[in-house]
Amino acid sequence: MTAPESKARRGTSRFMLVGIVREVGLGERRVAATPETTKRLIKLGFDVVVEAGAGELASFQDSDYEASGATLSASNTEVWSTADIILKVRPPGPTSDGPHEGDLLREGATLISFIWPSKNPELIARLSQRKATVLAMDQIPRISRAQKMDALSSMANIAGYRSVIEAASFFGRFFTGQMTAAGKVPPAKVLVIGAGVAGLAAIGAARSLGAVVRAFDTRPGVREQIESLGAEFLEVQFDEDGAGEGGYGKEMSPAFIAAEMALFAEQARDVDIIITTALIPGRPAPVLITPEMVESMHKGSVIVDLAAENGGNCALTQPEKVITHRGVTVIGFVDLPSRLAPTASQLYGANLCHMLADMGGGKAWHIDLEDEVVRGALIMQDGEVCWPPPRQPKKDAVAAPPAKSSRPGGRQSTRPMAALPKAKAKATGHGHAPPARKGSVWPMVLGACVIALASQFAPPAFVGHLTVFVLACFVGWQVVWNVTPALHTPLMSVTNAVSGIILVGGMLSAAGPLGHPATALGLVALFLAAINVSGGFLVTERMLRMFARSPEDDEKAGRS
Amino acid sequence: MSQSLITGLYLVAGILFIRSLGGLSAQTTAKRGNLYGIAGMALAVVTTLTLVTGGYLPMAVALTLGAVAGAILAQRVAMTSMPELVAVLHSFVGLAAVLVGFAAYLAPTDDLHGAEKIIHEVEIFIGVLIGAVTFTGSIIAFGKLRGSISSKPLLFSGRHLANATMFVVSLGLLLPFSSAAGVDGLWALGLMAGIACVLGAHLVMGIGGADMPVVVSMLNSYSGWAAAAAGFMLGNDLLIITGALVGSSGAILSMIMCRAMNRSIVSVIFGGFGASEGAAPAAGAATPQGEVQSIDAAGVAQSLLEAKSVVVVPGYGMAVAQAQHPLYEVARLLRKRGTNVRFAIHPVAGRLPGHMNVLLAEAKVPYDIVLEMDEINADFPETDVVLVIGANDIVNPSALSDASSPIYGMPVLEVWNAKRVVVTKRGMAAGYAGIENPLFYRENTRMLFGDAKKSVDGILGQLTANGQPTNQLTRP
Repeated sequence: MTAPESKARRGTSRFMLVGIVREVGLGERRVAATPETTKRLIKLGFDVVVEAGAGELASFQDSDYEASGATLSASNTEVWSTADIILKVRPPGPTSDGPHEGDLLREGATLISFIWPSKNPELIARLSQRKATVLAMDQIPRISRAQKMDALSSMANIAGYRSVIEAASFFGRFFTGQMTAAGKVPPAKVLVIGAGVAGLAAIGAARSLGAVVRAFDTRPGVREQIESLGAEFLEVQFDEDGAGEGGYGKEMSPAFIAAEMALFAEQARDVDIIITTALIPGRPAPVLITPEMVESMHKGSVIVDLAAENGGNCALTQPEKVITHRGVTVIGFVDLPSRLAPTASQLYGANLCHMLADMGGGKAWHIDLEDEVVRGALIMQDGEVCWPPPRQPKKDAVAAPPAKSSRPGGRQSTRPMAALPKAKAKATGHGHAPPARKGSVWPMVLGACVIALASQFAPPAFVGHLTVFVLACFVGWQVVWNVTPALHTPLMSVTNAVSGIILVGGMLSAAGPLGHPATALGLVALFLAAINVSGGFLVTERMLRMFARSPEDDEKAGRS
Repeated sequence: MSQSLITGLYLVAGILFIRSLGGLSAQTTAKRGNLYGIAGMALAVVTTLTLVTGGYLPMAVALTLGAVAGAILAQRVAMTSMPELVAVLHSFVGLAAVLVGFAAYLAPTDDLHGAEKIIHEVEIFIGVLIGAVTFTGSIIAFGKLRGSISSKPLLFSGRHLANATMFVVSLGLLLPFSSAAGVDGLWALGLMAGIACVLGAHLVMGIGGADMPVVVSMLNSYSGWAAAAAGFMLGNDLLIITGALVGSSGAILSMIMCRAMNRSIVSVIFGGFGASEGAAPAAGAATPQGEVQSIDAAGVAQSLLEAKSVVVVPGYGMAVAQAQHPLYEVARLLRKRGTNVRFAIHPVAGRLPGHMNVLLAEAKVPYDIVLEMDEINADFPETDVVLVIGANDIVNPSALSDASSPIYGMPVLEVWNAKRVVVTKRGMAAGYAGIENPLFYRENTRMLFGDAKKSVDGILGQLTANGQPTNQLTRP
């Protein structure tokens, strides 16, 4: 719908208005809605107002927003004061020239954004004064149903990918090994610490660039995911499971930590790139790379610390900066997703759309306290703080939404909830051997008795024929089991043709005098059987001609 | 020509037929197998000619007419109509066996007494019985496959009784038949043939259209036994050998089909659909769990371009919509880019054993990438994208997990283990058996709504627009 239409709509019956503002965080380039997600919001029944220039740093033009049906507003305060729901990326913060963003929020309005409530108590107080309803995208429970709204994962995925790009841009060699005429260039060795969403994305990106990748995680359950991406899983020889809740690790025992540090020290001497992603919820990030380890690395090595904002996994990390220590570069960027602003905005905007859709959309908007996801993300309602939520019995938590594929931003899949029980009957193999006979011996004994009896009392000719018949049955059984299933249809047409052998019977009968009824019958039988024979063989030939091998395989086998 | 020589030549012809079937163990030897079969048949005809003393001209006429008619049929038939052709050819053999039986009775070649006579007449009787059942059964099967007859099984509560009665009466007629002298028993033979015809038609009328693969294999088997019976009655070993080969072949195929549907042959032949009488499967089939997520051709093309391994699961719906040709183009495009593309065939996909393989071969899909269910079922967890085209029951997880489902226990292609599944479907109406398919509601499944051919054409169009093979970087 065009902008004038939406304006006209607003004049009559009022739809819920979603407001998008330009992010004021330093260096923040993302925006909470893209033109594409704006269309989706409008389809959900919202009206959308966008501050002019909000998407500029993410390469989204105002005209694109307008074309998607949003109204533009030149004034930041107008958006804040008129919107029913404000969507943001960063928590509301102080603006350079005036009021705190939190104060600009209309009384009783709703705010949905990253909030980090445990780190921002004054923000909570401020918003509570505005009688706001606040939902935090960083507090969405990490259950499989909520994966489509999980902004932490979608941003971590981007951060993991980008960490590799940043590392590569500061690293003096190729990531992939090469044999060139001028000499050999060895591949880069990359160590990724922490195999959550970001770590797995980093592993995937580094592998795509051709590096040799090793990964470590305190949770033994991620080994399979790491190896499926083509990286080596490093182990500490210790029997402690580091799996905590929500896909995070938990703090480990001192003995384990010592063994862990020894592993890192040994690796630091060997690898070129270290990417660290270790976080523990509610606590500062664990320091895993000591200054001594940094100094033991080869000159020219690069460390990317994704935990910089929470203190850093490397002792020397300086948030937001790149420093060099004894020839080793330590990157402490905290805005990695923001560096891929167009994609990050799109994915985050999609997370928001799913969240809003789940809450009823523009037409049936409501806060459902029974909904596990909404309750988990709800920080306050009409100014009343209700976070953290009371502990719920765990239903179907997923340990670290795994990013199984190596493509960043690809769809994340969960393991099936419960392994499907196998039915007892399974098709046995055929086309190679008949089923193993496990029947009793009684049929054989019975058959032998019948044959003996028949042979005793029947005329010799009959017994002769019976012999042939029985033997032929066994031969047929063996031969047909060997037929490959792909050729079962030609098998049917060939056996059809062959059963036209009844024409022999027809011939024998048709040899009599012409007037005799038997002759006529025989001739008709002959005619019918001949149709079978010629039709059957010809159609089989036609079918068999169609079966061809792949041309590449024929070349390999030396055939043309 | 002495009798021994004739017997020897018949033996050679029999060996040629055995080699013929043996050649079908692999595509590389199959064509040679067909030639052996032709050679064997030619030898049989020539050898038999020496046994008879006259009537060459009428025989030649009948042979030629039949051969020409058969050749025309073989040329004209479309591969999708293979099942009907096979069914109608079976009916010819059945009828021929009946006629040969009558002819043998009316003009016996030897004077037989006592036990020999009785045995001879029993052989005729059995031959005509089997032949008649095969004849009419195949005609009904032909009608059902063609769609001229409703594919719903004809079920009424007295049908088992009716079948049993007809069978017993037919057998009972053996008494008056064999005790009659000369050709006086003709009426009994004729009556029995008539009843057997009704029995054959009624039996197949009671079987549902989805079970036709089993029925056709079964009739294939019967035509073999009919020929073997004719061989007994005429004292011809070649007929016996060949009949036994064909009979075993059909029996094995029927067994394979039944195992693949996890139903016993008895329940298929006598039970209609499923074990219960009357109505279609219980309405207690699982209710839909959640919503389906749909996708468009562009989205499917995107997934396919990103995938490293793709498996295509065709069903009969693909053949009906004639989507196998653009499907092959899609596969070819992806293979050129280095993607591993394979086709997975369920044993009962299609209306005839091995039918899907023939249809794919017609679309020029190389046979080494067409795999059977047992070969590929374990590979789904490593597969990135599965395309399900025109198939429903053969990828239904209820068969493994839902004990109340009518298809419980049937081995299926476990496509849900792959990372993403795309299913083409016209709409959300339930399939042939009316069973809900939980596959559609799973998290990693996307539905591509629309006609199969249009959908695949759409995907092909998107692929040729996006993925220019020459410009892409090679896969790491």
